[in-house]
Amino acid sequence: MVSRFFVLLLLTGVGAIFVSLMFGYVPDNALNLTARYYAENTVRDTGAANIVAAIVVTFRGLDTLGEVTVLFLTAAIVGLVLAGSQQGRLRREQPAPGELLVTGTRLLVPLTLLLGVYVFVNGHLTPGGGFQGGAILASAVLMLLLADPLREFSHQLISAIESISGLVFVAIGLLGMVYAGGFLDNRILPLGTLGDLISAGAIPVIYSFIGLKVGAEFSSMMVNLSETEEP
Amino acid sequence: MDYIAMTTGFILILIGLFGALTNRNILRMIVAFTVADTGVNLVIVGVGYMRGRTAPILDSAVAAADAVARIIDPVPQALVLTAIVIGVGVTALMLAYAYKLYEKKHTLDIAKFTELKW
Repeated sequence: MVSRFFVLLLLTGVGAIFVSLMFGYVPDNALNLTARYYAENTVRDTGAANIVAAIVVTFRGLDTLGEVTVLFLTAAIVGLVLAGSQQGRLRREQPAPGELLVTGTRLLVPLTLLLGVYVFVNGHLTPGGGFQGGAILASAVLMLLLADPLREFSHQLISAIESISGLVFVAIGLLGMVYAGGFLDNRILPLGTLGDLISAGAIPVIYSFIGLKVGAEFSSMMVNLSETEEP
Repeated sequence: MDYIAMTTGFILILIGLFGALTNRNILRMIVAFTVADTGVNLVIVGVGYMRGRTAPILDSAVAAADAVARIIDPVPQALVLTAIVIGVGVTALMLAYAYKLYEKKHTLDIAKFTELKW
């Protein structure tokens, strides 16, 4: 049990660092410089009611493009790594999924898809946005997979949605360079009034495509993992 | 409130590290890593919390003019949004590689993988 002893020693050290961090932590009384800038200028610059969405899509839009690229790479690598294990998919008898699951899936999948679309279309107004909405869309796919593990999902459709969304995202960013202040500037469309569904320039458009892209990527990861044959 | 969130987050990080270092099963290590990941996110969100303020969303309750005095720091929230998504990607990759390892050796015991050991 020497290794257990060293693990506990290490954790005690890390815990001591955490405790000293906790005791040295002084909560802010006012927003710091960066947060203050966002709080003051979000409405004027982007017209979005949700400041987090404005930061993610517009102020730090390039980071989000990188993040979506990381997700795309992950989905591609999962597909690549598992590709060798997917020939001759196992067609053995599966236990029946059960009436509750099948009926519940039939009821819940359309509602879940609707909720996902609602969450990413309203990303600039309410808590939510492309990533959350995309994850909700993918949970509908997960439900379908649970109810029928052998269901065939069209890989072409998933990758088409993903590539088109990614291309539109980059294209809107480039349009921002031509018609507005810079890459991913949302002012290529009118800002509208604060709090309307069609407002905040290109943010709802970009967030919707991010939602579709994230949903397609999560779905492709899950479908790839589920289609893998048990060795 | 922020102290509760931060303490919980730190404890989750410690639990995750402990699980990742002591478990032999690769799947359990992956679960432990996601627990530690959640802890990190919780700590970052906790740092952004400010007493008596509200979420950084402007509506009838928070006018745009007095947003500076009413909202909490939105930057950690945007950061954690990114961190959660990347965490999902990392977990999916770990699961895919764990599957490949299982296919190769028909075991998930980390002690059986001795190729890189010295």
